[in-house]
Order: sequence, then C-alpha cells, then structure tokens
Amino acid sequence: MKTYYDPDDLKKFGKISEFQPELGEKFFDYYGHVFQEGALTAREKSLIALAVAHAIQCPYCIDAYTVDTMEKGCDEEQLMEAVHVAAAIRGGASLVHGVQMMNKYKELSM
Amino acid sequence: MAVITHKSLAAQNHELSEVEQQLKLLKEANLAPFQDKLAESNLFPLTTTGLDIFQINMGKMCNQVCKHCHVDAGPDRKEIMTRETMQLCLDAIDKTDCSTVDLTGGAPEMNPDFRWFVEQLSSKGKKVLVRCNLTIIVANKKYNDLPDFFKKNKIEVVSSLPYFTSTKTDAQRGDGVFDKSITALKMLNEVGYGMEGSGLILNLVYNPSGAFLPPDQVALQADFKKKLKERYDIHFNQLFAITNLPISRFLEYLVASDNYEGYMYKLVDAYNPIAAAGVMCRNTISIGWDGYIFDCDFNQMLDLKVAALGQHLKDFDAEALKNRNVIVNQHCYGCTAGSGSSCGGSTA
Repeated sequence: MKTYYDPDDLKKFGKISEFQPELGEKFFDYYGHVFQEGALTAREKSLIALAVAHAIQCPYCIDAYTVDTMEKGCDEEQLMEAVHVAAAIRGGASLVHGVQMMNKYKELSM
Repeated sequence: MAVITHKSLAAQNHELSEVEQQLKLLKEANLAPFQDKLAESNLFPLTTTGLDIFQINMGKMCNQVCKHCHVDAGPDRKEIMTRETMQLCLDAIDKTDCSTVDLTGGAPEMNPDFRWFVEQLSSKGKKVLVRCNLTIIVANKKYNDLPDFFKKNKIEVVSSLPYFTSTKTDAQRGDGVFDKSITALKMLNEVGYGMEGSGLILNLVYNPSGAFLPPDQVALQADFKKKLKERYDIHFNQLFAITNLPISRFLEYLVASDNYEGYMYKLVDAYNPIAAAGVMCRNTISIGWDGYIFDCDFNQMLDLKVAALGQHLKDFDAEALKNRNVIVNQHCYGCTAGSGSSCGGSTA
C-alpha cells in the first residue's frame, strides 16, 4: 500500500544532495556539528531533538531520535518526559493565547 | 516487548538452537561479507597479536534464562566442564605466558569443581576474572559466601547489569533479577568489591535491552555510578558497554520481533575499522566446556573452531594458536560496530 510516509525513505535522507549538492552538503555538515558534544551533551541534544520531533510531528524524526536517545543510554521514562516537554510547550502555546482572547472579550464587553 | 521464556532454545527444540540454521540465516541477510569489509581495512586475513587471555566457558548451566543469551544457557542445560578438562586448561595455561584467565558460562559458579579450579588458577599468579551473573550469589545458601571466596582468591568480578532500573533489567534477564542483583552487589560491596582503595575490582557490563547499539561507554558509566550510588549506595569500578551479537537467543529475538534485517543493516552501517583492528579475538582464545578451542565465545557457540592444528586442549599447541588466522563470519559485525565491542567493553 502506498503512503505518503515510507519508513525506508529515512535511509535516503542523504540523497537530497542529489538535486542540490552544495546546499545539501552544507546542511549535513551543519547538522553533524549541531549534534556534537558541546555546552550541551550529545544526549541532551538528542532528547531536545526527540521533543522537537513530536512538536513538529515528523515521523522520520520520531523514529530516528527514539533510536538515537536509546543508543545514548536514555530509558523509556526519559523519552516520555521529553515528549511531555513538547506537549507542555504546544499546550501552553495554545493556552497563552487565551490571554489575547480574554483581552478581546473584555474589550468588547460592558 | 519481549516475553521471557523459562526454557533454552535447545529445550524448546527451536530451529535456531541449531548452529547450521543460525549460520544460514546470517548468510541469507545478503549483507556485504564481513571478510570483504576487513579486506577494505587491510585486516583480512585477521591475524592474532598474541595469546594473552584464556577465556574458559565452564558450562551452559545457569540459574537464569536471559532473553539475549548467546550461549543459550539455562537451568535445563547440563553441559558443564569436567575436572579433567579443567586440568587440561591448567596444563595449557602453563605452556603460555598469558596474563589473564576469564571464566564464564552459564553461571560458572554452578560447576561443582568451580572453586577447585579458581584456587588452582589463583595459585598461578594470573589475573582471574569471573563473569558472575550476580543472582547466583543469592540463589541458594551454598552460594552466599561467594563474595568472600572471590576476595580470598583475589578474583576480579565482572557482572551484567543492563540498566539501573528494574524495568529494563528484568525485561532482558527475567522477573526479579534486578532486585536480586542489587542485593548481590551490596554483598560484594560489603566485603570491599568496588570500594575505593580495596584493590578488589568489580566491573559491570551493560548491553542493550533490545535491537539497538550501546551508548558511549564513558557517559553511561558516569550515569550508572551516579544512579547506583544515589538510589542504592552501590559502588563499582568500571562499566563495559557491550553490543549484542546476532546469534542464538538474541538472533531468535531479532527474528521474532521483526528487527533482524534492521539490526543487521545497523551493524554493517556502523562498521568501524578502528574497532575491527582492536577485536578481542586477536589476543584471546576461548575454551569450550568440552575442551575445544575457538577464537571467541561467539565462535564457540557457532561451533567455528580455530583454524589451527590442535583444536582440542589435548593437542594444545601455543605456537600454532599464536600464528593462526581468526575465523570470521557475518556475526562479527557485532564487534566492529560503532565504538566496538569486546568482553572488556568498547574497543575504539
């Protein structure tokens, strides 16, 4: 069955350079550097990536960073806490707009 | 999630208890032949660098039935080393200048001649390691004094603990294993194992509870030290991160969970020539419970005997073994992936 998302396409990510080698290479070089050990550990960065993957709901990224966090020694509790961080920020982003709604409501009300 | 059965593959008459079936499956994966990868790294044929470590498998009998066990060990396995074969091991060791003897199993402590053998080895002045599964120490009263016995014989203890939580540990090693392991670790700490300044070494082994590669060993060791100290006041020396090799029960798990192909590709993709140069089979020989000689414990379980004259201890030839080429196959990708893997952890 054909679907928009094919898990095997994740392995082909590097092939985006075929259509535009220079920008593709620059991107992957940058990407590699971003995830290196720095002021944040490689594990912290991987957990951030997992949270972002859920926030942007990218199935490829969710697969990739579930594996990556496991291979960096994280357990299921840590992975789920990262997902809750994403959920909290997404939920909070909706709710904080409630202030705008309240402002408008009050502006129009007697 | 994997379900822990209480029988070995052999007792289940599972087709993957047959070595031929395992090798067939490894071949069918259609991956680049491991020897070609070695050749690309100028490492084929894979030569030895010495004969420094004797790893001796004292038998397949074990009190646990771990999901990933490459030995297919368990309480239903009766193959154990006799005292006669142990004597052949001692004679062979005398013919070499090896530094280390590494005892493994199954649970080597269940062999009735285990203590005799350890005392003989200890008197030779070699470094003696025992791969202790921890739970054996609390499995029966007769094993409760093992920490004192180890201490008396200056044994280095190497013990598996897949994680510092019960969920991941028990998923791999069986229900209740984590709690028993913590009790055993406390008993080892009490006699000085893993304690600063005691000179008694207690190293732990991590291997992934599933179809993924181990984390960075240094980072993981820091985590283990912190968590085990904070939660249980447990101390240890080093953590070895080991990759699961696709043979025996781990192979069965990979196939049953539909992870086999993905895991093999992962291993091949992660091939690291530096890890390949540092594989443990280059300075080790592995002795089976019946006295046959292999390049490593994994080759032993696949019945791939050394490519040298004298494949049994009765015909032990140290020079031939020092000059042999190591037998390689597709499972060897497990030792060369990422940071590499050996019984002493990462190799790259």
